[in-house]
Amino acid sequence: MRRLPKDTAESARQITRRALFLGASQLAFMGVLAARMRYMQVDQADEFRMLADENRINMRLLPPARGLIYDRTGILIAGNEQNYRIVIVREDAGDVDEVLERLTRLVVLEPEDLERARKELKRLSPFVPVTIADRLSWQDVAEVAVNAPALPGVSPEVGLSRFYPLDKDFAHIVGYVGPVSDYDLGKLTDPEPILQIPKFQIGKIGVEGKMESALRGRAGTRRIEVNSVGRVMRELDRIEGISGENIQLTLDAGLQNFAQARLVGESAAAVVMDVRNGDLLAMASAPSFDPNLFVRGISVADYAELTDNIYRPLANKTVQGVYPPGSTFKMVVGLAAMEAGVIGTSESVYCPGFKKLGNRRFHCWKRGGHGHVSMNAALQQSCDVYFYEVAERAGIENISEMGRKLGMGIQHDLPMSAVAEGTMPTMDWKLSRYGENWMVGDTLNSGIGQGFVLASPLQLAVMSARIASGLSVVPRLVKTVNGVEAESPPPVPLDVRPASLRAVQDGMIAVSNSNRGTAYRSRIAAEDMRMAGKTGTSQVRNITAAERARGVTSNADLPWERRDHALFVSFAPVDAPRIACSVIVEHGGGGSTAAAPIARDIVLRALYGDVPPLTAYPADQRGGVEATLQNLVLRDFTQPGNGKIRA
Amino acid sequence: MSYLEHNVTSVPTGLRKVLYLNWPVVVLLCAVASIGFLMLYSVAGGSLTPWAEPQMKRFAAGMVAMLIVAMVPIWFWRNVSAVAYGVSLLLLVLVELIGVTGMGAQRWIDLGFFVMQPSELAKITLVMGLAAYYDWLDIKKTSHPLWVLFPLVIILVPTALVLKQPDLGTALLLVMGGGIMMFIAGVHWLYFGAVIATGVGTIYAVIASRGTEWQLLKDYQFRRIDTFLDPSNDPLGAGYHITQSKIALGSGGWTGRGFMQGTQSRLNFLPEKQTDFIFTTLAEEFGFIGGISLLTLYALIIFFCVVSAMRNKDRYGASVTLGIAATFFLYFAVNMSMVMGLAPVVGVPLPMVSWGGSAMLVLLAGFGLVQSAHVHRPRAKK
Repeated sequence: MRRLPKDTAESARQITRRALFLGASQLAFMGVLAARMRYMQVDQADEFRMLADENRINMRLLPPARGLIYDRTGILIAGNEQNYRIVIVREDAGDVDEVLERLTRLVVLEPEDLERARKELKRLSPFVPVTIADRLSWQDVAEVAVNAPALPGVSPEVGLSRFYPLDKDFAHIVGYVGPVSDYDLGKLTDPEPILQIPKFQIGKIGVEGKMESALRGRAGTRRIEVNSVGRVMRELDRIEGISGENIQLTLDAGLQNFAQARLVGESAAAVVMDVRNGDLLAMASAPSFDPNLFVRGISVADYAELTDNIYRPLANKTVQGVYPPGSTFKMVVGLAAMEAGVIGTSESVYCPGFKKLGNRRFHCWKRGGHGHVSMNAALQQSCDVYFYEVAERAGIENISEMGRKLGMGIQHDLPMSAVAEGTMPTMDWKLSRYGENWMVGDTLNSGIGQGFVLASPLQLAVMSARIASGLSVVPRLVKTVNGVEAESPPPVPLDVRPASLRAVQDGMIAVSNSNRGTAYRSRIAAEDMRMAGKTGTSQVRNITAAERARGVTSNADLPWERRDHALFVSFAPVDAPRIACSVIVEHGGGGSTAAAPIARDIVLRALYGDVPPLTAYPADQRGGVEATLQNLVLRDFTQPGNGKIRA
Repeated sequence: MSYLEHNVTSVPTGLRKVLYLNWPVVVLLCAVASIGFLMLYSVAGGSLTPWAEPQMKRFAAGMVAMLIVAMVPIWFWRNVSAVAYGVSLLLLVLVELIGVTGMGAQRWIDLGFFVMQPSELAKITLVMGLAAYYDWLDIKKTSHPLWVLFPLVIILVPTALVLKQPDLGTALLLVMGGGIMMFIAGVHWLYFGAVIATGVGTIYAVIASRGTEWQLLKDYQFRRIDTFLDPSNDPLGAGYHITQSKIALGSGGWTGRGFMQGTQSRLNFLPEKQTDFIFTTLAEEFGFIGGISLLTLYALIIFFCVVSAMRNKDRYGASVTLGIAATFFLYFAVNMSMVMGLAPVVGVPLPMVSWGGSAMLVLLAGFGLVQSAHVHRPRAKK
């Protein structure tokens, strides 16, 4: 087709116009693009830079090493052990099944661990390390390391986990750690991010639980760069955490071990305290358990065994258990009466074997009665009628006040779980608690440590310490935190007249050292170590008239859980008291037979600082004592690997 | 016989043609492609593989293709325009039948030695077809409704085939490219005014219909629009790409974070970083300076093409030059708008920079037409 030149000229002019318009439009749009680019890259640059950093930078917490716990001599009670585990990275492993197969030939792996690892390997990104086995022995880890070329993607890792080298000895005091539970998080209003670390462990009970904030330390942080799927590319910087504070307890691991061993077989508790400054030297509760089981995650079977045991191994009986103190309460009653001025230190009361109140008879343990008894004799022979009488004269308010003065009915501030307050009853207390008026009979029962009166072994030890020293010693469990001595104000003198105190102390000395004393058999023969004490046998039931008629009054004839509790409180040496000790054997029968011998062994162990020499015992008992002592399974702290790590 | 053929004597012949090439465009194309190599090297983490080196080879092949096309007289290309258009339609149908599926769309034909994307070819052949059509058409009939309808068919047939793949981005480019060709040819302003008015009216109606009983789109479609308008509504879902893209771009600042220092691309936060989102890597690593430099290079290419077209008395040659330039413009304008959050995410690569063989080869062949038109333009007799 032929086109005229005019056409072409017109066409060219028209195209030029449109081209100009088009070019201008395109330029304008590019201007818009440039403006937009400027707005984003210049005006909003900081905002986008921040977003980019948010994208790529992740904070990872570095768990701090938990503070260590030592005994007063520097023996490690709670430490951190290296914990070896094997991890596998899928993308490095290649054929995962083949690698796992080879691994099972080298190391014994639990089938369920393997199953879980397989599942995680499928689910998680290929670069995420998956733990195959935890808590492996060094041998296993070495095996894996040696065979590394055949195990691509498999590597050993090391972490820290809590370890209690003295396992059962300190289970109740120190407690244990465990993974953070939803319950734990629920209790906190502002949980620290560190608690969200998987498998991070916090103290659950005991010192571990109560002193968590000191022991935990501060988490370190690691800023890492990650890519879009979360793979760690590099570490940007790292701030190391601050280890938890080390805690030294006032307890003596050797003594604790001895006490714990001495109580084996019983459901019992013993507390040893320094009467001069309140340092708790031993707090044994039997039976015990291995706290390491809880750290590793206790099996249902093991846990059921602990909870089903009627001896209640999980309970810390030294502070949580409250018992009628029985006759061990008589010092309180005597002091209350003397201080109230209702009886003289040597004034006697006639005991016909019972005290009549209205038409009800309150019996003395000795059917025939003790005749005329003074304070000293009444304590020595544990005459009930004397204390019925002085309790009635003093009144319950004076008795309870004296009890509190001696450390009962109050909650001692110790870093342990569920420290019991006990009960020092008053008239108001009964009215508000039961809606009933206080009866004189209640006062008489309280006079021999029965009825409403309840105290824990710790409180009984504090009472003994205060009677022995005449000072208001306050129990103390923590000696130093991070090497700094825990502050403890010097104890103030007890607000009790020295003459009254002397009378009670003499009574207690007579209990153990006079041949008519209830604990004479459990006396200490070594002259400079002599012990003062008081037996107690507290009823956990009332002997019914029918039983009395049948003559079933002997403990041996009753089922275990209905037998009397055996108690013994003591201090020694009598001339210059250093330690106080309380022992309770649940349903153990008589205090003089079940509790006093145990107390004597523990007291001697505390005084000698080692297994006591037989010469400390009365000559005629040495055979039996030797057998008892030799049967004790004691820890040898001189052996390495037994936690003998000096702070 | 056209006007041009009467003037053949003044057109350079033989190897002398090389001297008459539009050299600024050649140099600018090389510069843009070099930026592309650099960015592909960077996104591969400082490696020539897998992208930079093959891209260089393709660019070399593309340059050779461009020169060959440029050497062939423009009237030859005009005469085969209809055939080229027909072939590309045939390939688009073939792709439906035997195409290779990738990334959710059936776009590729495996030619054994080369996997090609007929929809890319269609962009150029559409320009050629329309230019030849308007060269043939009596200039007075250009705005006649009947003669306006015919080019619409020419545009919409390949568009429909591309949409079916589905490839919204290319379909959009075809419609806009075709529209620009009609505009260049001198179709009356009123047609364009009417189309724009209808478009705006439709968009308004669609938005106004939302929530009423005569709602024109499905709820999920509205939600997509919402995501486009404000990607932060759905940062991990559909808005993820655009959010990450904007972060990368914005965090570049004035001078960027440095070559291979862009965290967004290096750490894989950027999607499709070697293809559609490669501009964000450039903007992140070289900042506003880098971004504006590339934009300037693009603007210069357009500028030299427009100048060449305006100086070309040949209707076909001028139209093709402007059409190729417009297609090139549409590529980078849509791509940049997309990564800057000004346009929805449709798959359009950044021309001469993004990884991808078909687009680059086809574009360079298109620039071959531009060169041919430039070399063989009618000149005044001496």
